[in-house]
Amino acid sequence: MDLLTGIFITPFAEMIGLPDLFFQALWDGFVSGTLYGLIALGFVLIFKASGVFNFAQPILVVLAALALISFYKMGVPAWISVVLVLIMFYGLAWLIERLILRKLVNTDGNILFMSTVALSFIIIGAAQWIFGGRPSSMIHKELGIPTGSFEWPMFGGGVYFDLLDISAAVVAVILIVCLGLFFSRTKIGRGLRAVADDHQAALSVGISLNQIWVIVWFVAGVVALVTGIFWGARSDVSFALQIIGFKALPVLIIGGFTSVPGAIVGGLMIGIGEKIFEIYWGPLLGSGVEGWFAYFIALGFLLFKPQGLFGDKIIERV
Amino acid sequence: MSSEQKKVMMEVKNINLRFGGVIAIQDVSFDIQEGEIRAIIGPNGAGKSSMLNVINGFYHPQEGEIWFRGEKRPSMEPYEVAKTGIARTFQNIALFKGMTTIENVMTGRQLQMSKNFFWQLLRYGPAIEEEVKHRKRCEEIIDFLEINHIRKSPVGSLPYGLQKRVELARALAMEPDLLLLDEPMAGMNVEEKQDMSRFIIDVNEEFGTTIALIEHDMAVVMDLADRVVVLDYGKMLADGTPKEVQSNQSVIDAYLGVAH
Repeated sequence: MDLLTGIFITPFAEMIGLPDLFFQALWDGFVSGTLYGLIALGFVLIFKASGVFNFAQPILVVLAALALISFYKMGVPAWISVVLVLIMFYGLAWLIERLILRKLVNTDGNILFMSTVALSFIIIGAAQWIFGGRPSSMIHKELGIPTGSFEWPMFGGGVYFDLLDISAAVVAVILIVCLGLFFSRTKIGRGLRAVADDHQAALSVGISLNQIWVIVWFVAGVVALVTGIFWGARSDVSFALQIIGFKALPVLIIGGFTSVPGAIVGGLMIGIGEKIFEIYWGPLLGSGVEGWFAYFIALGFLLFKPQGLFGDKIIERV
Repeated sequence: MSSEQKKVMMEVKNINLRFGGVIAIQDVSFDIQEGEIRAIIGPNGAGKSSMLNVINGFYHPQEGEIWFRGEKRPSMEPYEVAKTGIARTFQNIALFKGMTTIENVMTGRQLQMSKNFFWQLLRYGPAIEEEVKHRKRCEEIIDFLEINHIRKSPVGSLPYGLQKRVELARALAMEPDLLLLDEPMAGMNVEEKQDMSRFIIDVNEEFGTTIALIEHDMAVVMDLADRVVVLDYGKMLADGTPKEVQSNQSVIDAYLGVAH
């Protein structure tokens, strides 16, 4: 009986009883959710365009953050450092296309996947060699991203807003809107959608797969940089940061591997869901719920809706 | 073909294509003249689609030359071939299934689009004019092929015959000089075949597009084509007008399955 009340009554009573706390949990969840969504977005972009699950995406986040800090430490102004990182990522995208994708086009998806596993370890090795392995702190203040927090009175209590979180959410929204416009309106964006849909047909109307792949990997790099700046600002920048990259996996399973809106909605669902669950149902199950909640939900999706909320249903003719 | 002057648009010379030990095309040569409808026929596995893929750049023959508009063509990728004014459709329909009919047709304009990236992003200024211009051309093609009623339908859910027509519309949107059709009537009923034949003739006559097509149905080929190439087991069997080809003994043997 106690258990049932604990599951079905107490949490909701608390939500209604302390609305400010509930709202705080929602907000915190929303912020983590946008960042999960951003990481997932990097995966989705590459998966759509080249059908590869890019294992190296999380390490790109770390690489972006480390490179940014290193350029700044070398005395380059913060914003110029950002530009330098972007140039570096364009070069990297070009190299990856030249050395890996072009050679492996038309091979099995597993081969491409394994090549991204290899790629991620090469990047880890190279990054450790160049930037060293010590954690360092993000230069978000130097980039002009506001920090500090304020309390907003609400529902008789108060809700804390971190300025960094607000900027992260705003930047995430701007990035997503820009990507949306890019995909739907520009020539390159349309070409990208065409490649995502059918390689042969795209080639036959004059779209170069190679060019599109470079652009996609570059865009994924841009997303990685933004993610790296904001995740790096919340904790230190180190190779451990790549672990959050794997939070994107359940997000992808829920949202669908091929859907940009799916990445965002999936991210928000995981972010908000795990916060709420941790706070209201966590005590029943002991702590650490936040660690496995996302995977638990993902497992449910795999069993009952394997294509995710927005993904393409894959029907194979037998 | 009414005009008497016969200008060669494309010429393939001594094409040899192998996949490992399998010989797909062996020493095949023929030409395509400007403004004609050229058919490539032959039994299954004769190398017809391979031939189209060679012209289109999907396959690169080990030996042989392709001459296009009087110049020898270097080895090209399909997207580069598309830029030279060659469009195609596929045997197994390669449409962008996630897009609507009009969006699919618009992708055919990809090459004609300029690169004013930021105007496109903001949908402002020259980008709007351009978009309107291309859109108008696409709508004309859609009207022409009588697929107006499915303009906004996602193509994945359309019946087979209509998908084939959307694919043709996309190829036409590229305003090609040479149009390659890989079995444009496969899997269609008699009525759909008649429609498609009519469209192919109209495209040829009204737009002046040169067409090379692969088809199984002999009756259709005889009605449509100006000249016919017959392939069998990757080799040239005959080349000539439909009448000539029809009365060629080795063609009759190949089609009726006489022991070789």
